[in-house]
Amino acid sequence: MPEDPIIELFEVTKVYPLPAGDVIALDRVSMAIGDGEFVAIMGPSGSGKSTLLNQLGCLDRPTSGNLLIGGRNTREMNDRELTSLRLNTIGYIFQRFNLISLLSAYENVEFPYLMKHRRPDGSGRVATLLSQVGIDSAMAKHKPPELSGGQQQRVAIARALVNDPQILLCDEPTGNLDSVTGQQIMEMLTGLNRKGRTIVVVTHDPGVARYARRIITVRDGRVA
Amino acid sequence: MKDIVLQLSLRNIRIHFLRSVLAALGIVIGVVAISSMGMMGANMTLSVKEELSRMANVVVITAASGPGGGPGGFGGGSSDEKISEEEFRDIQKIGEKYGLVYVIYRESDTIEVGDKEGRSTIYGLDEDVTRRIFSLSEGAFPKSTSSVIVGPTLADRFDLKVGSRIAIGDEDEGPATTVRVVGILEERGMSADINSDMAIIGSEKLFTGIYGNEGEYDQVNLILNDINDSQKARTEILDKMNRKETTVNVQDSSRMLESITSTLGTMTTFVMAIAGISLLVAATSIFNVMMMSVTERVREIGIMRSIGAQKSEVRRMFLYESIVLGVVGAVIGAVLSLGIGWVVVLAMVGRTDYFFLP
Repeated sequence: MPEDPIIELFEVTKVYPLPAGDVIALDRVSMAIGDGEFVAIMGPSGSGKSTLLNQLGCLDRPTSGNLLIGGRNTREMNDRELTSLRLNTIGYIFQRFNLISLLSAYENVEFPYLMKHRRPDGSGRVATLLSQVGIDSAMAKHKPPELSGGQQQRVAIARALVNDPQILLCDEPTGNLDSVTGQQIMEMLTGLNRKGRTIVVVTHDPGVARYARRIITVRDGRVA
Repeated sequence: MKDIVLQLSLRNIRIHFLRSVLAALGIVIGVVAISSMGMMGANMTLSVKEELSRMANVVVITAASGPGGGPGGFGGGSSDEKISEEEFRDIQKIGEKYGLVYVIYRESDTIEVGDKEGRSTIYGLDEDVTRRIFSLSEGAFPKSTSSVIVGPTLADRFDLKVGSRIAIGDEDEGPATTVRVVGILEERGMSADINSDMAIIGSEKLFTGIYGNEGEYDQVNLILNDINDSQKARTEILDKMNRKETTVNVQDSSRMLESITSTLGTMTTFVMAIAGISLLVAATSIFNVMMMSVTERVREIGIMRSIGAQKSEVRRMFLYESIVLGVVGAVIGAVLSLGIGWVVVLAMVGRTDYFFLP
């Protein structure tokens, strides 16, 4: 167990009730992720990796068990508090980028900033982040459908970082990218980890997993 | 400040432009329907009220047909009971405070024009009063006891022109009086005081010359300066005249006016309620558009929520969208209503004099 855990799971179970019978996606998972760790979660398809990441990202509540983020039990938080946890503490990078297609690249990154600060970004943080991930100001004016997959994922990373979260959760971040772009993205994540961010990557690609310092394997809803 | 949630709403309206326009159009139609119907009703009420006010400012006093007598005719046929000179003075004392009081001699009689025979009502009126209450379409007011003015309907029926002669009275009962037409009245329509369209109007002297009965009046009219006094004047006259026994009947037309106005009001409300249904339908269509929008944007809502947007922000996005559709529709509807309302009022009421009255 890491000494200074930022994420802790105690007997977390997630059951999806289906007409054909309950599906146990996570079965009494207990684990901890330390502050500043770079962890890869691996496992075959349907093993429960994404369900686990959704739990860590507070996108979903466990059926039973406890999840602690930064020492606070998420079970005791209401929807508002969980949302603000997602806004301030957690950055989420999705496999399918999940940018808002009605907003420009710049506005997509600005969106969580506005949700948090309730005022436009005066410090140039959004523009700086975009240029750090390799999106210039001309490109930032484009809407997501006008950008390539790699560019979209860069925008998504900038968006995940805009509120300076402690934890960065990545669900197959290179899954939709070619290998060169994928490599660039992983190096970017490694750089962020070096600056102290906790990074959790879900992947079934061993090439991605090798960037992590610890690998957690999930099989049939249980941590092996 | 840049409101990104508002931006999302506006952009969503823009990319679903046709759908949004249709939803707003529903509101436009609803607003136009409801307001033009309202305008029509209000204009019609004002117009009818004015038409009626011209006759409603008259309080008609007739003699009661006996102790506890029945209601007097409403500007209608003559009864045998008369109002005496003394009674008239009493009425005048009260009536002067409220407006013009004058007496009417009235008789229905046979008339003959050339070889045409018929009946008409003959009124005997003070010459000054005649000038005040009637307007002529041609000719002049009578200056002598042998000249009269006639109503337009009568003039039409008997081919009367200025200068024509009319013989009044049944020759079997005595010699007829021949009078000369010097003027033809403008059409007045139905009226509470004098139905002049089918009448011959002459001086008091002419009337008493033919029928006698000087100082015994068929009717006393009070033309009010202020229509709102009608109730007060009526009560005062009744209190004074009928203290011991019922000597006069007093008819004021304000209650008729009230009931007609209130009927029109009810009709207007009813028509507006029907128009209101279209607004309800429009609101439902906006609701439907919103529901479709929510279903279509489940993914977007999920993204917004996952990156830290509160439920209230998401709700705000849809609220803005429906407010924009509703307000745009209502504003366009209000502007169009002015034009369409004008046309509807012109078509249904026939005049737009009241359109911009408060």
